[in-house]
Amino acid sequence: MVDVPKPEKIRCDACPVMCYIAEGKIGACDRYANHSGDLVRLDPLTVIQAGGQTVKFLGNVADTQDWDGDIIQANRPFVTAVGAGTTYPDYKPAPFIVSQIVEDVDMVTVVTEGIFSYCGVKVKIDTDRHIGHERAIVRVDGEAIGHVMTSEYGSKMLSLGGVEHLTGGSKKEGRVTCDALLRLCNREPVEMTIDDGPTVVVQAGHAPVIDGKPEKLMRVGCGSAAIGMFAKQWAPHVDEVIVVDDHITGVLSEHEAGKQLSVPATGIKIKGRRSTPGRYFQVAEPGTGWGGTNVEDPLSILKPADPKVAWPGLRLLFISTTGEQYAYFKLDDDLKPVPAKISAPLLNSAHRVAENCEPSLCSVLFMGGAGGSLRAGVTENPVQLTKSVKDALTYVSCGGAQAYVWPGGGITVMADVMDMPTMSFGYVPTPALVAPIEFTLRRSDYSALGGHMDHIQPVEEVLNSGIRTVGKTAGQPDPNAPSNYRWSAKTKDKK
Amino acid sequence: MTGPVAAILPDGRRLHLNHGPIDLVVGVDGPARDIAFATATTRFETILQELADELPSLRRAPGQKPPQGSVPRRMYRAVVPHAAATFVTPMAAVAGAVADEVLAAMHTATPMTRAYVNNGGDIALHLDAGQSFRMAMAGLDGTDHGRIEVKADAPVRGLATSGRGGRSMTMGVADAVTVLARTSAQADVAATLIANAVDLPNYPAITRQPACVIDPNSDLGDRLVVKNCPQLARSDVETALARGQEVAARMESDGLIAGAALFLQGASRLLAFPAIGATQKVTEHA
Repeated sequence: MVDVPKPEKIRCDACPVMCYIAEGKIGACDRYANHSGDLVRLDPLTVIQAGGQTVKFLGNVADTQDWDGDIIQANRPFVTAVGAGTTYPDYKPAPFIVSQIVEDVDMVTVVTEGIFSYCGVKVKIDTDRHIGHERAIVRVDGEAIGHVMTSEYGSKMLSLGGVEHLTGGSKKEGRVTCDALLRLCNREPVEMTIDDGPTVVVQAGHAPVIDGKPEKLMRVGCGSAAIGMFAKQWAPHVDEVIVVDDHITGVLSEHEAGKQLSVPATGIKIKGRRSTPGRYFQVAEPGTGWGGTNVEDPLSILKPADPKVAWPGLRLLFISTTGEQYAYFKLDDDLKPVPAKISAPLLNSAHRVAENCEPSLCSVLFMGGAGGSLRAGVTENPVQLTKSVKDALTYVSCGGAQAYVWPGGGITVMADVMDMPTMSFGYVPTPALVAPIEFTLRRSDYSALGGHMDHIQPVEEVLNSGIRTVGKTAGQPDPNAPSNYRWSAKTKDKK
Repeated sequence: MTGPVAAILPDGRRLHLNHGPIDLVVGVDGPARDIAFATATTRFETILQELADELPSLRRAPGQKPPQGSVPRRMYRAVVPHAAATFVTPMAAVAGAVADEVLAAMHTATPMTRAYVNNGGDIALHLDAGQSFRMAMAGLDGTDHGRIEVKADAPVRGLATSGRGGRSMTMGVADAVTVLARTSAQADVAATLIANAVDLPNYPAITRQPACVIDPNSDLGDRLVVKNCPQLARSDVETALARGQEVAARMESDGLIAGAALFLQGASRLLAFPAIGATQKVTEHA
């Protein structure tokens, strides 16, 4: 190993102060730092490179004539808004209005770090465990930052942040909310408590931790669906299977899937409200036990068996929707279940249920609305930008990640923070989040909507040593790809 | 190298000037705001360079010979009266001196009824007879520390706030010290020194480290600055504030400042302070 000596301090030449900055320190302006001997802007412009090298894109490349929107061909850099810098409210054109030639189409990415007072995150937590009732308040440090919203398949959903918490409540509520949103968006863990529910640690891309226990698996299906999927594997080895689930608990012998396999009635009865044959609602309270119920002992949901139908020696399997919990019993002479040794094939089937469950994850989608002043950074006539987005002439991305643009008025977008470069988000003391948002459109369209044409810079001028380059996120479309735009379809029609 | 930039804030009435570490917000009431703004912008263009030119000497305790530049001289003049009593360099007045300089340039160029130059909380004021300014004092976290009203007949054309959490390091534990003085540079250095004095020396729970460890360019060299200050007992808060108040009172009797307000962990001391509604609120977070 050869140690290459780096100068202990470097001289910043960003402004006349010319600070000497030691390793790991920042200059007088708090904007430039010495990072392992390199002068870096603390909030560097982040450029997503699709290819290996930054290349000057000259257009007229023969093999792009028959462009089909395939992103593999694209190795041009895309300038994201991460680190573009902003001044709030937006009183000057977005910091970099970049012009680059893409296939003879002059694309303009308007890079602005938008201040989003109207913003928040939607969190999807893959779990069956009860994390609180719908509409329950979600708190951090005792402050309300959002609420539990409508559950989705195999997942609990939280809606956090938003203007009511950021600026509508006390100062502390706003500060705590902003801080929680910032950490969630920057993929950091946030511990939150839910009223009448557990403590949950949410981190984008990681399994949720509920009351200190990391969740492992997302259920394979509801209890009824599990019966349908595994009935054939169970029927030869067991007389009755109960799949415990907070939503729909399944009972094999009563279920249509069991009937198809001629599984005889067993006289096993469970609590809850029968929906249709073999499907029961509310066998227990919601909780963090089996299948999202509060069940710790599966026998607690059992009612006495029907002596006219049940028989001594009847084999009974309880299993949760994730296969993480199971218990095997046989009925004794008094038709009482007693624990028994599970057979190998049945054990395998339990493991099969677990195998078929996907890993449990937390997903964090940033959601925000581009207000009039942010849009004014892009064009002198802000509403024209909205129209242009709706007309599919302008492509909206957040840190280069595909953003879903909500229908209706305004530019309200959603983007997965996992598709965005790390540390894409910042905040201002308003409090509000600072998130990157890019508008990409043809130069001619930009001009037509009253864009700041005199502020356009060729992309090469932005690509300097001060930028941060990151790889393209797999599965994310290239914001510059013609297929994103309405005019691309028109061009094809002409061919 | 990035040059100075100027922009009108969206209300159309305030000017924002930025260069390197300096951000100024300028407000003018009067018949010729455009002229004032143009003057401010022109004057601002070279200020950072002028400071940079004399930076090494400005980072040392003031000597016999004053510096050359107009802003460095303002800094020098503001700190010299304090230099006998304590260690201080002209850098303690840099923010206020820049504000004073830009305000003076505008004042020379055109009549104004009211004007201010706000350099990150250090503010230079111009008031025609009968005019007044109302200003808010805010804590680090946006806590409202109250309001100040400065009337034209008061000997106050500058105010400044120092304390923990700002861009500069502090040798004391004050959350904020707001000082009123004849110039912003005078207020700036006084606020710095009073904030340094709000302290509990040898108090073990307050952690300190040499300034040069945090910022090798600091004019404070290896002097200890406060790294972390825990929640203090009420009696300790009063002791620390009393130390700061003693220094402030001496400055006032020497005619260096017009008034001061000291804030520490929910308690405050006011000294000849024309405050309105500045009664300390209960802190909103425990």
